[in-house]
Amino acid sequence: MDNFFSRYKNPLVLVAVLSVQVIALATQVKRAANPKEPNAAETPLIRVWVVNAITPVERVLVSTGHFFRNTWHNYIDLHDVRKQNQALQDEITRLKIEQTRLKEDAEQAHRLQGLLQFKQHYVGDVLPAQVIGSSGSQHSRLIYIDKGEQSGLRPDMAVITPDGIVGKVKDVTRYSATVLLINDRESGAGVVLEKSRRQGVLRGAANGELNLRDIMSDEKIDLGEQVITSGGDRIYPKGVPVGTVSGINPDREDGYSLAIKIKPAVDLDRLEEVLVVKTAEQAPPSTGPAPQRAADILAERLPSIPKVDPNAPKAPTGNAAAAGQNAGPIAAGPKKPEAAAGEPKKPAAPGAADQNKPVADQKKSALPGAPPATHAASATPGGAASGQTNPTANLKKPAASASDTSLAGVSAKKPSAEQKQGTGVAAEQKKASAEQQKKAPTPGPSPNKSAGADNPATSNASAANPKPVPKAPKATVVQTTTGNPEQKPKPAVQTTRPAQPNRPPVTTPGPSQTPQPQAPPPAESSTERPPQ
Amino acid sequence: MNAMVSLTSREEVDVHHFSWPVSFGIPALAIFIQVYLTTKIHFLQIFDMPLLVTIFFAVARRRPIPGMITGALIGTGQDVFTHLPIGLYGISNTLIGYLASSLGVKLDVDNPGSRFLMTFAFFLLHHLSFMGIALLLVGTNQPWEWLHTLVRALANGFLSVVLFAGLDRFKQRM
Repeated sequence: MDNFFSRYKNPLVLVAVLSVQVIALATQVKRAANPKEPNAAETPLIRVWVVNAITPVERVLVSTGHFFRNTWHNYIDLHDVRKQNQALQDEITRLKIEQTRLKEDAEQAHRLQGLLQFKQHYVGDVLPAQVIGSSGSQHSRLIYIDKGEQSGLRPDMAVITPDGIVGKVKDVTRYSATVLLINDRESGAGVVLEKSRRQGVLRGAANGELNLRDIMSDEKIDLGEQVITSGGDRIYPKGVPVGTVSGINPDREDGYSLAIKIKPAVDLDRLEEVLVVKTAEQAPPSTGPAPQRAADILAERLPSIPKVDPNAPKAPTGNAAAAGQNAGPIAAGPKKPEAAAGEPKKPAAPGAADQNKPVADQKKSALPGAPPATHAASATPGGAASGQTNPTANLKKPAASASDTSLAGVSAKKPSAEQKQGTGVAAEQKKASAEQQKKAPTPGPSPNKSAGADNPATSNASAANPKPVPKAPKATVVQTTTGNPEQKPKPAVQTTRPAQPNRPPVTTPGPSQTPQPQAPPPAESSTERPPQ
Repeated sequence: MNAMVSLTSREEVDVHHFSWPVSFGIPALAIFIQVYLTTKIHFLQIFDMPLLVTIFFAVARRRPIPGMITGALIGTGQDVFTHLPIGLYGISNTLIGYLASSLGVKLDVDNPGSRFLMTFAFFLLHHLSFMGIALLLVGTNQPWEWLHTLVRALANGFLSVVLFAGLDRFKQRM
């Protein structure tokens, strides 16, 4: 060692002196710790050197320590790992179950939120219900809901979802109810094609499909067209989505109509929450004067003699105008059969009634006490839908209404004895009117004249007869009996109803008057007359 | 016999000693001239008087340790009067003192030609080491004006011949 220092004394001293000077220099010089960031805070060079000299050593020491520590913990000290692993597996399982439950809750909340929004926007009174079961059979498409009589449910209430109709309540128990799905073969609904506004009857099929019937084969129906409820069945609210047209085929049964396949808007196999329509929202009832007969409305539209009988009692003049204004509400407003029977009113001609009276009303008056039928609109001869296109086609199957009724939950009924009796009463009325006519020598204006005398519908009915006035009473009777075959006649009201005094009678044309041309009778008036 | 021994041993023959006033006064005077007179006589800036004094004392003493200490002290004194970090001239002069004293043991540095060449080479080496230290340690980028550096080296070489001849009078035989 001494030889080393003595031999290299001068270089060692040189290194020592230079080192001292370099260290002294390094304490004065400040340089950025990171040369790539010149704007960083400057650090004395000696500190940079020391840090750069120390940190690698520290890094090596720390890495070595980590190596030994990790080796110990990861390869040696593992006696509780298996137990912890099992506990973690259990925790993962529990969390997965909880996650599934939360996901299910979230989806349910989403659906319920949709139901709530729909309910808030829906004007009628609806009741949310949970689907708790189903029939479990392909032959009976039923579901069970958790609301029953205690919640105010009654049979024939519509069951819908925000997506569309589901079915109707079939049976109600105290705490539950069964819902007959719309695709059951015993179901039916009055629907209308949204674009073409053609009405039809929606029926379920045995295979669970939905078919739309009673659409004539010459109608232009597009695939994908929306189908909504028409509201005429008095079960389903008007305008609720039903589905879309998914297939169009000719009806094999009659060959005149189409069998349109409908894809339901609601996935009927995956129902969870539904809404029961307790009070279907309909158009507001007419608050004006009493509904006026369609025959009166038509009479006002036809030209008439402005001569007024001074002896005739003055009648409220606003009646006709009000009736004209309320033609729409009359057609859309619900009308109870009892209310209609209580009014001194006479059933109008079938064609006119089709324009002003809702189909359901016709059904109501036809079968009082029976649940509202579904397909009266199309099955009734002269219905608003079918009567415009091909009335004869509707006449082809006079018993269609009876069979359609069963689809709406009403059993098919043949013309009842009451109806037959009504027909007999009509004949008697006809005879009485003829006698009354004979007693009246002059067909001039008379305040006691029957209402049918100035009824254009009456004139229409007797258009084939060149003598309109004497035939008027007969036409009145004919109107009574030529309505919907299912309609229940009301002879007492119709025969005793006096002529309305506010309307000048059209009897004998004066010298300055020419006989007014009678409007051509509607085809329904003569063709739909049932056999007497 | 002594003369024979001294002639055969250059270290014993040529090693000189300087008095304390000379050892401190000459370097101080060189630094003063370099610091003060250059402000009055601008062309004196071309000379590096402390470096020349360092070379002279290191070569005359022919011992590396005293030579490097002499260079360190003179260089540090020179650094004090600059705005640069202390140690730039110190390190450079230390190296020059060490190399000059080491060279003086093996070569005849009393010849004017060798003095010129030695000073010329040491000036360039000093400048090179100074720039290297300034660049690597301090991080300052000094201009490398090589032509001016060569001229200064030549001027200092010529000056060293005159200066060393005058300083030889302060030598004392060991």
